[in-house]
Amino acid sequence: MRQLPAILKRELGSYFATPLAYVFILIFLVLSGVFTFYLGGFFESNQASLAPFFNFHPWLYLFLVPAIAMRLWAEERKSGSIELLMTLPISRFEAVFGKFLAAWAFAGLALLLTFPLVLTVNYLGDPDNGAILTGYLGSWLLAGAYLAIGSCMSALAKNQVIAFILAVSVSFLFIVSGFPLVLDAFAGWAPLWLLDAVASLSFLVRFEAISKGVLDLRDLLYFVSLIAAWLTATAVVVDLKKAD
Amino acid sequence: MIEINNLTRRFAQRTVVDDLSFRVQPGEVLGFLGPNGAGKSTTMKMLTGFLAPTFGSARILGFDIQRQTLQAQRQIGYLPEGAPCYGDMPVAGFLAFIAEVRGFRGAEKRRRVDAAVARLELEKVLGQSIETLSKGFKRRVGLAQAILHEPPVLILDEPTDGLDPNQKHQVRQLIGELARDRIVVISTHILEEVSAVCSRALIIASGRLVADGTPLELESRSRYHQAVTLVGDALDPAALAALPGVAGIEANPVEGSLTVLARPGEVIFPQVNALIHQRGWTVRELDVERGRLDEVFRALTRGEAA
Repeated sequence: MRQLPAILKRELGSYFATPLAYVFILIFLVLSGVFTFYLGGFFESNQASLAPFFNFHPWLYLFLVPAIAMRLWAEERKSGSIELLMTLPISRFEAVFGKFLAAWAFAGLALLLTFPLVLTVNYLGDPDNGAILTGYLGSWLLAGAYLAIGSCMSALAKNQVIAFILAVSVSFLFIVSGFPLVLDAFAGWAPLWLLDAVASLSFLVRFEAISKGVLDLRDLLYFVSLIAAWLTATAVVVDLKKAD
Repeated sequence: MIEINNLTRRFAQRTVVDDLSFRVQPGEVLGFLGPNGAGKSTTMKMLTGFLAPTFGSARILGFDIQRQTLQAQRQIGYLPEGAPCYGDMPVAGFLAFIAEVRGFRGAEKRRRVDAAVARLELEKVLGQSIETLSKGFKRRVGLAQAILHEPPVLILDEPTDGLDPNQKHQVRQLIGELARDRIVVISTHILEEVSAVCSRALIIASGRLVADGTPLELESRSRYHQAVTLVGDALDPAALAALPGVAGIEANPVEGSLTVLARPGEVIFPQVNALIHQRGWTVRELDVERGRLDEVFRALTRGEAA
């Protein structure tokens, strides 16, 4: 665990070594503004709440978060630096988790930069700031789940574009698993418990509660265990694929 | 000591490293020789814990690379083939990262980085990002990260590949300096390098060990070992061929010289010299060979007996 900060620092620094970080933050802020004010009807709703802001995060993240996850492992494999990384005295866990944490910290930073919205809503009315805090926490957890999926896809593909497409596709499945689109496919034959299990995997269902300010321990556990599962998968895939 | 026992690696059905066993002692500079695709890099990847062997084991100073991976990796400085680095990082930042991962902090970290920078003469490029560096500098950055923690074991995969003659000389000198009471394993397909820096050479072909000895021993397996080459007028090949211990004569029309080959284990120079005096030949050049490593290498790696 001692080398984790070194990995984290290097990864985080590499986001800012290229324009990627600035472009990402800019696009994220612009899009979340567009979603909140135009599509979300922030003013029309006439409520001092950030629900219109949080509601679109699962869709916003679907395309933005894989863009920060796609380079995590694909780039290492492409440049061959993975051979250097994996022969340094660091554990597999430190490498996988350190990289993930860097990407997650970066996503958190982008999220924090939306603070003017919090100021605005406090200026206009009297919102439930506890609910807003919960919303932010939920949104960050959601980003973590997308990132963990993206990290695994990045380990699978040597090509960053393929890693991006794979991550978007898998993440999409996790969004729509609560929709009739998916559930209908199971409805005819599957037992009810399986149907419930599939529906309960959905990001949307889980996130909806959190974005409204309701923090259920089960939802928290859901995101944490999802992240843990995908990071474990990442470690396995890295081991299998590193030498290709 | 590095102990390698029955190391084997298969990719799909192809055996790339086939039952390799050897030991390396401190102070030795082991040259790992073989044609491209012979399994040199794969062996090094297994020695450093990057690849798991299909079969067999490697122990680095007593640590099993499979079971005690991190302890073993702490003993090793490794330059992977092509010296891959993080291209977007500046040299100073990259070396600081390596120092941190190696567990150095504060003043000790700075001291280690400064020492490696001074040794590889990287002062002028410290602020540049690695991807903007020339091939020679990139290789030196790769070497700097490998020696930063002053490891007892250095494993360098083609350390001089792509360098100009001056840089090659520098790197060889560095390896020579580092070799004292360390274990150095280098892979190369440049034969002059073996005579220049290695105290021992292993030749592998198709993943199998085909020769193991000092460069001198390997040279003596050449059919040119103890051969005498003459340049002169009116030489008599038949008389030379009839001398005791002579295996044959080769004429080299381009240089206008004759090479007299010795039978294995025989020294023929005295006989040749005596014949020259007896016949009163004018000889402008006379050369006794130690043997030709490239010839031994070709013979062994093509599967023929040397």
